Amino acid sequence: MDLQALWLTVRLAATTTLLLLALGIPLAFWLASTRAPWRPFVEAVTTLPILLPPTVLGFYLLVLLGPHTGLGRLIERLFGHPLAFSFSGLVVGSVIYSLPFAVQPLTAGFRSVDVALVEQARLLGASRLRILSSVLLPLSVHSVVAGAALCFTHTVGEFGVVLMIGGDIPGATRTLSIVIYDQVQEFSYAAANRTALLLVCVSALALVLLYMRRAGDGASHG
Amino acid sequence: MGDISIQHRLGRFSLDVEFSLLNKWTVVFGPSGAGKTTLLRIIAGLVEPGSGRIQLGRRTLFDSASGVSVPAGRRSIGFVTQQPALFPHLTASKNVAFGIRHLDRDRRVKRVAEMLRLFGAEALDDRPAFHLSGGERKRVALARALAPAPEVLLLDEPLAGLDDASAQDILSRLLSLDVRVLYVSHDLAEIWRLPADVVFLESGRVTAVGPLQQVLATHRDQLLRQLSL
Repeated sequence: MDLQALWLTVRLAATTTLLLLALGIPLAFWLASTRAPWRPFVEAVTTLPILLPPTVLGFYLLVLLGPHTGLGRLIERLFGHPLAFSFSGLVVGSVIYSLPFAVQPLTAGFRSVDVALVEQARLLGASRLRILSSVLLPLSVHSVVAGAALCFTHTVGEFGVVLMIGGDIPGATRTLSIVIYDQVQEFSYAAANRTALLLVCVSALALVLLYMRRAGDGASHG
Repeated sequence: MGDISIQHRLGRFSLDVEFSLLNKWTVVFGPSGAGKTTLLRIIAGLVEPGSGRIQLGRRTLFDSASGVSVPAGRRSIGFVTQQPALFPHLTASKNVAFGIRHLDRDRRVKRVAEMLRLFGAEALDDRPAFHLSGGERKRVALARALAPAPEVLLLDEPLAGLDDASAQDILSRLLSLDVRVLYVSHDLAEIWRLPADVVFLESGRVTAVGPLQQVLATHRDQLLRQLSL
């Protein structure tokens, strides 16, 4: 077992999940509450990564973050190194790739909260931030947990984006998915099997915890 | 005490009303679909009307001509509907405290207790809202709406679904308060004895205004036909 790759994968998934919650919660709140005419456009852009092949997304990010674009040069000047082929680059790619897996359940969760509760909060003088923190988030805990679980497992298992942006640098960008690919290339099927089994267990465990929580909440409200 | 002039279209329905609030209690009465709830939602600031003016006391809450539209939370209006929308994840006392967060802790605790006691709900303070019965929810919703001491209380059939004794009990507690009330109902029996003016609303238009018993007596035959009493 490549423990270095395991640690890097967990670190990448955890960082990505936290960033996606920080980004996804306000974005989902805006999507769930706005009547702005450009809402469908923003919704389409945040959903696009689901439809794009990961290698296509990874390729464009590699080009965008590389030294031949203004953004790439700006990032290099700010951070002292290019984002491509670095852990930070992997995080940026993972956040974009998994964005719909955070935003969609969160938006659905916020939209499912009774409008009358939000109206009462408004009448009682609550700001938008307080409506989000004191009404919508506590009543959408399922959606937050679901979004976090989906982001974590999706990031743990991603391959195309990681390979395109990060390559295969041990300790910096080699995740468990890349390890499986390398093991298969080397015909080490037994090792690949053990690594793959670990990823299956992580995904299954996340889903079991998610469904256990839902069942528990259903019982307490039933 | 207040002047209300509202013109608003909602699909094929149009609301075009103009009346003054002269009494402490005003009942907005009329058949279902007359626009009573829409009228209250506009006054509360939850719906922006097409045009008009809403003046309560010396405050202009909405004036399309001068572009004034005070946000719902700054209108000093409490609003309780038929379905009391209590925050289900909070206890009864936390629901009541929701709108008075600006008070310091001691005053807030005292105010919550006072409001719950006012509606005979003091025993419910630490009960989660989703464990309360329909009648208990209505009492807590009223306590919550009144906790910030609003200038006006909007009540949209708040007693619907309650037994007569509970309804009368809550009504007598409300009547003892020093707050202006705009009360929507289509139940003649429920409002008949209220010391109130009435605004009679039909198909989005005010068809009569005046002292309740006087106005509704002249409409009795029409009401009996419409309400099948």
